[in-house]
Amino acid sequence: MFALLAAAGVIAPFLMYPTFLMKVLCFALFASAFNLLLGFAGLLSFGHAAFFCASAYVCGYLCKSLGASPELGILAGTAFAALLGTLFGLLAIRRSGIYFAMITLALSQLVYFVELESPFTGGEDGLQGIPRGRLLGLIDLSGNLPMYFFVLAIFLAGFWLIHRTIHSPFGQVLKAIRENEPRAISLGYAVERYKLLAFVISATLSGLAGATKSIVFQLASLTDAHWHMSGEVVLMTLVGGLGTVLGPSVGALVIVGLENLLADKVGSWVTVIMGGIFVVCVLLFRRGIVGELRALRFARRTGA
Amino acid sequence: MTIFGHSLHELLPQLLLGLINGSFYAVLSLGLALIFGMLNVINFAHGAQFMIGAFVAWIGLTEFGVNYWAALVLAPLVVGLLGVLIERLMLRRLYQLDHLYGLLLTFGLALIAEGVFRNFYGVSGESYDVPDQLRGGVNLGFMFLPLYRGWVVVAALGVCLAVWFAIERTGLGATLRAATQRPDLVQALGINVPLLMTLTYAAGAALAAFAGVLAAPMVQVNPLMGSNLIIVVFAVVVIGGMGSILGSIVTGLGLGLVEALTKVYYPEASAVVIFLVMVIVLLVRPAGLFGRSA
Repeated sequence: MFALLAAAGVIAPFLMYPTFLMKVLCFALFASAFNLLLGFAGLLSFGHAAFFCASAYVCGYLCKSLGASPELGILAGTAFAALLGTLFGLLAIRRSGIYFAMITLALSQLVYFVELESPFTGGEDGLQGIPRGRLLGLIDLSGNLPMYFFVLAIFLAGFWLIHRTIHSPFGQVLKAIRENEPRAISLGYAVERYKLLAFVISATLSGLAGATKSIVFQLASLTDAHWHMSGEVVLMTLVGGLGTVLGPSVGALVIVGLENLLADKVGSWVTVIMGGIFVVCVLLFRRGIVGELRALRFARRTGA
Repeated sequence: MTIFGHSLHELLPQLLLGLINGSFYAVLSLGLALIFGMLNVINFAHGAQFMIGAFVAWIGLTEFGVNYWAALVLAPLVVGLLGVLIERLMLRRLYQLDHLYGLLLTFGLALIAEGVFRNFYGVSGESYDVPDQLRGGVNLGFMFLPLYRGWVVVAALGVCLAVWFAIERTGLGATLRAATQRPDLVQALGINVPLLMTLTYAAGAALAAFAGVLAAPMVQVNPLMGSNLIIVVFAVVVIGGMGSILGSIVTGLGLGLVEALTKVYYPEASAVVIFLVMVIVLLVRPAGLFGRSA
């Protein structure tokens, strides 16, 4: 499956706009990272925009104002997201379920206000004109194709890491916690530590996605920090299939594609449509695209 | 007289503003707690219902000449009815699932409501005039009290106390509390629990709409007015815990005052102070000030 995904990624830019694909890849990584937490550890974070955006700001600031190279900027942004994720995680795992969602939402709103006021972020305008620079000082990223393959490499690395995490013993413990937390505790697992680690991994990879996006679009703005963005990543995961490996990427493709398609046709009705998709997904389509396909295949196999 | 370098003349109006914000926090967190207690759903659409309440009042006045006092009754009715539909047609299907789905559903509904109003009315906001009877103010000697602001505090706290009385001191309230604890048992005793749930959701939504009408003359009526508020109210709920009604009221008012004092002494932090209090409470007392440990 991994090889198939890589092959599709290599062919894709010759069939579709690389800029669109890069956006999809960034969001696919973001949604996959989010899904690691919700789909496999059962923790709904409503504040993942904070990591996505904070890391973009750090990366953008380093590359624009201090002239750092893109890979250094992305690394620093990702590291910052990891730090922020640790802080969020330590606070949020003190409560579970619905409170967890509310706490992460409130914390990300805190980050939003800090970013709005802080002198490094350009306030309402954000950071514009972040240079794409040269990768490792060698490869010029200003062309769309080299940039695309760099983004693809980052996505595949992140996706592989998530895949490995899910199928590791650590991932199995996460699933056990999701299914029955008291039982996991009674089996002797330090549940809090597992949750925290899952949270930090998820936040770090969300940061990686955000920093990469800031290099691609040469922009880091407050839009990415708004709670709408946290909602959007939930929606991508839900549409694609909660708790499936491939689902969030499919969801990202669908939602980003839909937004591109609708942007010049319906204007601001987009919010309404997104809300509508949310409602329909929750009521009728909880398994998502990948989940439904898998169920279909499973039904055929057992039925025949 | 000065307190830490600020005169009482500066301090008191801010404290009044804090009291007003606090009463809104109290009414909204009360509605959330009511719904959560009975349905186990965190109503993300609460902010949208608050906003719709304000818009019903504004549309009523500009299009149909419905005055403020009528709107105060009408808007909660309209939004409550909307609540009945939402609970009957959608939320009801999710009770057997993880509680998170209720949150996601109401999040989607909030997006829809926000988007629809934004399309018709933009984001600049509409102003709603203070009703004639409540214009002007009284000089209390130590400060000038605009009548409308005084009325908002009285009305909001009155509603809070009425809810407290209805739940803690009446027969219906006793049934409600019993159904919150053991819905199966109460159902077996011949009480229509599903109906009770519908009414609870409608009542919570109506409370939010009532608060929306109260807010309309003080702020710009704006499609985004609810969503920004509701996130703060979530933090209030985390701080207070959803265990007790009086707890919600006290926490709401207290945090309103804390916010006001921050505005006087360290204005830069006033937008985030409630979130910071939440962080501290989570560190010291994770279950919330009035919460039972979950």
